[in-house]
Amino acid sequence: MTVIPLFHVLILSTLLFAIGFIGVVARKNTLFILMSLEIMLNAVGVAFIGAGSVWQQADGQVMFLLILTLAAAEVAVGLALLIRMQKKYRSLDIDLLNQMKG
Amino acid sequence: MIVLLASLPFYPLVSFLVLIAFGKKLSWQLAAIISVSSIALTVLVSAILLFELSASQNQVLTVNLWHWFDLTNQMGTSEVNMRFYLDGLSAVMISVVTGVGFLIHLFAAIYMKTDANFSRFMAYMNLFIVAMLILVLADNLVLLYLGWEGVGLCSFLLIGFWYQEKSNILAARKAFIVTRIGDTSMVIGLLLLFNTFGELNIKAVTTLAQQGHNLAAGSSPVSSAEQANDIYWIALLLLGGAVGKSAQLPLQTWLPDAMAGPTPVSALIHAATMVTVGVYLIARMHGIFLLVPEVMNYVAWLGASTLLLAGVAALAQTDIKRVLAYSTMSQIGYMMLALGAGAWSAGVFHLMTHAFFKALLFLTAGAVIYALHHQQNLFKMGGLFKKLPFETSLFVVGLICLMALPGTSGFFSKEAIIAQLWSSSTAGPMLWWCAILGALLTSIYSCRLFFLAFLGTARFSENTHPEKSTLLRSALIVLALLSLFGGLIPLDLTLVFSTVIQTPLAQLIEPTWLHTVAIITPFIGILFSWFYFKNYRLSPLKGTKHNIQPSKGKFVVFCRQGLGFDACYNALLVKPYQWLAQINKHDIFDQIIMLNAGYVNLWHDSLIFVQNGSLRWYLAAFGLAIMLLLGVSLL
Repeated sequence: MTVIPLFHVLILSTLLFAIGFIGVVARKNTLFILMSLEIMLNAVGVAFIGAGSVWQQADGQVMFLLILTLAAAEVAVGLALLIRMQKKYRSLDIDLLNQMKG
Repeated sequence: MIVLLASLPFYPLVSFLVLIAFGKKLSWQLAAIISVSSIALTVLVSAILLFELSASQNQVLTVNLWHWFDLTNQMGTSEVNMRFYLDGLSAVMISVVTGVGFLIHLFAAIYMKTDANFSRFMAYMNLFIVAMLILVLADNLVLLYLGWEGVGLCSFLLIGFWYQEKSNILAARKAFIVTRIGDTSMVIGLLLLFNTFGELNIKAVTTLAQQGHNLAAGSSPVSSAEQANDIYWIALLLLGGAVGKSAQLPLQTWLPDAMAGPTPVSALIHAATMVTVGVYLIARMHGIFLLVPEVMNYVAWLGASTLLLAGVAALAQTDIKRVLAYSTMSQIGYMMLALGAGAWSAGVFHLMTHAFFKALLFLTAGAVIYALHHQQNLFKMGGLFKKLPFETSLFVVGLICLMALPGTSGFFSKEAIIAQLWSSSTAGPMLWWCAILGALLTSIYSCRLFFLAFLGTARFSENTHPEKSTLLRSALIVLALLSLFGGLIPLDLTLVFSTVIQTPLAQLIEPTWLHTVAIITPFIGILFSWFYFKNYRLSPLKGTKHNIQPSKGKFVVFCRQGLGFDACYNALLVKPYQWLAQINKHDIFDQIIMLNAGYVNLWHDSLIFVQNGSLRWYLAAFGLAIMLLLGVSLL
């Protein structure tokens, strides 16, 4: 079994993170923003797993489990908000929620 | 006793501070008691001081309060002290300032009772008395100048007392700026004086000037031509200061407008005391003026021309207070004429009697205006003789003093002036005739005023409501008594004005008819106006419409508007200055200031732009910042 070098893992993780971030910033649809957030979280997860396997320690996987639960909770709350938003505005455009500007 | 002299200006000062600090909380009664009693105290103290002064050997009292600062020039160092100096001349002034000031305060306390800012008014009046006392008691010219500016400030504050109306503010500003021209000339005069004599102490300057005079009288002129030239300019510049403050010819335009202030202010500041400080200044510096007879001649001519022009202008006015203002101007012209002729004590005597009767006239006019619901237009008065007999009789007393009918105080002082004009070396027969013509004008405009306001039929519909307060009336009665009998007060100023003009020419022979003419003149004026202003005096016949209107003739309007001086100054000075200010609005300093505003505005705009409420923008900024920080820390 060939060991994947940590560098490659980190490149993948960074790419995923960048894709996720660009998705969050660029998409208007709140559902897609949530999905992009998931991608970002998973990018971090990949980095943890990779690091854990390189140093042969379980901490990386424990961390990933924590992130997973966090992501599940976040998505639950996010989707609930999404439903409310759909009911109120009949749209999922995030820019509609700018009423608290200074 | 010296303590008393030192404390003289402090009673009103304390009252001023109390009124300014607690003004809003004091009731009318308390504020009135504090302000009036402080002046009553100064009256008491000055009475004691007058007594002391006559008992002292050299007729001078001095007290040194503290050392203020030193002035140095190439001739040495001169101390400028807070030192009060009381001699015959300042004794006359303090008795006028405190005595008349007290009566006017008493009147004002009742007259202004209903005003919302009563305590502020009384505070300013007290401050005025403080400044005036410092001015007349000053031992050196710097301290005198402090008081000089102080009275100017109070005049400004009190003319603009009812600041909600724009015309009052404009009048206050005009008074301040016009007198400032005179003040500037006076400062230059003082600096030149210090440069020439190396002294600013009044006594020392007078002594030095007298030495110069005595030396010049002896055949060899010791003082160099340059110094003589300097003294000429000093006298001229000091005269400029006096002209500004006393509303004499080129700078007289502020006084009629100053009548916008409350009537007690017109009585106290613009009739009795402040406008006469120019006369006081020249009398104080008589040592300098004696050295330059040319300037004394100018003073006399200036006084005479103001006397005549103001008399003519007074003939055309429609506002009762403006008539009195022009009359004040013309009476100060008499004083200047007296000073110019070297009749120092006659001028100061007229200053005193004028303070009495002009204060009486103004206060009575104030009472009349009050009774008529603030109506000042003479052509809307008439027939007040029957409705306000008390005010009318007091006004008559004031007017006969103003016209100088024999026996009144005005008669003694004005005759004293006129008597010395003919034979004076700096005046002469021409100026004597001017004074006589002025007396004629005085009696004519006084009669016109009296006929219009008090005789004939009433040209108003409302009921009169005179103020019947005993205190107010007693203040008026005391002033009336002073006006009638003030001429009997013995005024001995020979010690102050010990030097007299040595007439180098042969004494002019005085014709015997001089005094007769001077005494008869006012009666001629009365007789003339009795027939000329018949319409004003008589009630119209039944059936005919009474219709007395101010004349619309071009010359009359020209006189009413102050003989074109205002229009001239507007066109020559005010308009060009405003134009200059307009085109120079965005100069470099303005732009530097506005740069700050632009900078703040830029930040404001960019911060507003950042706070747009859009989540995605915030995130983008967040990510960018993190990348930047990471980049910086990695590098």
